[in-house]
Amino acid sequence: MMRTRDLSYWLFLAPVLLALTLVVIVPMLLGVYYSFTSWNGIVTGSFVGLENYIALFKDERFLASLWFTTKFSIVSVILINIIGLSLALIVTSKIKTSNLLRTTFFMPNLIGGLILGFIWQFIFVKVFASVGQMIGSESMQTWLATTETGFWGLVILMSWQLAGYIMVIYIAYLEGLPKEVMEAAQLDCMNAFQRFRFIVFPLVAPAFTVSMFLTLSNTFKLYDQNLSLTAGGPYNSTEMVAMEIFKTAFMQNEFAYAQAKAVIFFAIVAVVALFQVYLNKRREVEM
Amino acid sequence: MARKWNVRTEVLGVLLGILWIAPFYLMFANSFKTKKEIFSNTVSLPEGLNIANYTEAFRELDFLNTLMNSLFITIASVSLIVVCSAMAAYSLSRAKSRLSTVLLLTFIAAMLIPFQSVMIPLVTVFGQFEMLNRAGLIFMYLGFGASLSIFLYHGALNNISRSLDEAATVDGANRFQVFWYIIFPMLKPITVTVAILNIIWIWNDYLLPSLVINTPGSETIPLKMFFFFGEYTTQWHLALAGLALAILPVIIFYFFAQRAIIKGVSDGAVK
Repeated sequence: MMRTRDLSYWLFLAPVLLALTLVVIVPMLLGVYYSFTSWNGIVTGSFVGLENYIALFKDERFLASLWFTTKFSIVSVILINIIGLSLALIVTSKIKTSNLLRTTFFMPNLIGGLILGFIWQFIFVKVFASVGQMIGSESMQTWLATTETGFWGLVILMSWQLAGYIMVIYIAYLEGLPKEVMEAAQLDCMNAFQRFRFIVFPLVAPAFTVSMFLTLSNTFKLYDQNLSLTAGGPYNSTEMVAMEIFKTAFMQNEFAYAQAKAVIFFAIVAVVALFQVYLNKRREVEM
Repeated sequence: MARKWNVRTEVLGVLLGILWIAPFYLMFANSFKTKKEIFSNTVSLPEGLNIANYTEAFRELDFLNTLMNSLFITIASVSLIVVCSAMAAYSLSRAKSRLSTVLLLTFIAAMLIPFQSVMIPLVTVFGQFEMLNRAGLIFMYLGFGASLSIFLYHGALNNISRSLDEAATVDGANRFQVFWYIIFPMLKPITVTVAILNIIWIWNDYLLPSLVINTPGSETIPLKMFFFFGEYTTQWHLALAGLALAILPVIIFYFFAQRAIIKGVSDGAVK
């Protein structure tokens, strides 16, 4: 039996403990400390108390990015889950192209967000423009040039990418449904909608929590796609929190101030995640 | 009672499939066009296979070297993550104690921390120790990748009976031998999952390498792509050929390992 005082216990744990400490824990603690100083990356700076935190709540650019990120996340989470569940229902029904379609829908998830953003930049800027010219649509020729089209461009890109990922999760739950139940429901003359509403839906409910959380965490922390599709433009109006923090730190060299924003960012992410854990626990108790 | 073939769903599915593949079609089709062709029509097939775009993008991206950099970073990091997290999870699952529980919870809690929240101090600290290089990057990937991997390995290890460990110990095997010869081979399915999940994010990661390895010649594919794209935004024929090249290795990987990939992603998310 292995005991915690054995040398081998610690030898096996040593590499990951060292890496986690130096890469995540120490920087996190240092980060919280720096957020109370006037550190600029070179000079450690003096202790300024809550000054950075007070400033960021009056920082319009930061608040705008937070609001944009929240709006974007809510719209994306809803759309991605609706599309993902629909795709899962399609590929788990009796069709011949099921495997080919699963492969197709999932494919965007293997490619980096940066590259996907560049591909869609081409589609929105060049393809939309040339199609718009053909059909005489003025609005299709200015995609990504306005805040609104930038917003929807990002939503379309993320829905296209993540729907296939969420589909895979729903499939895992859908295929766990007992076949006999579905057949019995069919014999009882339930139509497709009734089968979905009364049988499928309650049984895949746990998948909703998992998928909601995964999409929320993916959209709220988005950086790569934001950078490659709109780069925050026009006039920083499509800039999300992750990018705003990056720019504050590495373009304006306000390290301590950026770090205060990063701490707030962490707090929001943590609260949402803990809320999800709480929901999961409550459901387990009910079941 | 077998369900009947669902024609309407099939048609809807295929139409959606075409819609999903369209961005890739547009990328590949236009990557073979000349600048003038793209200007006149972006939707049609190319008039001829214009390979010149590819040869130029290949040269500008220093493609073989960039590909090797990505392969090296990904393989080294993922191997390190697999070996180290499997061993750590073994310790945590075999020595049941309050300490092990606290450590496991620490790893899980660390998953909550967004990269942006540690990014600034991380780069500063590693910079002071002259560790903003490939070795530093691989070590950082271990730190960021270990949590989920340990969590997955821990779950799998709890399903392997301890009597196996005990039997091997009675036969005279030491702790390392028990783990590497008896237990680790039994973890193969979860090792595939852990490897695939880590390969996907490390291969595609842009932000961390952009902060850690920015010397010319050592860039990974996403990093090089970012600079390349910045230079060629007005020359879409070249930019698209570059994007197509960057995607090619992933498509080949997906073609050979799609079942394992989809299973790995599904297991990683649901567990």
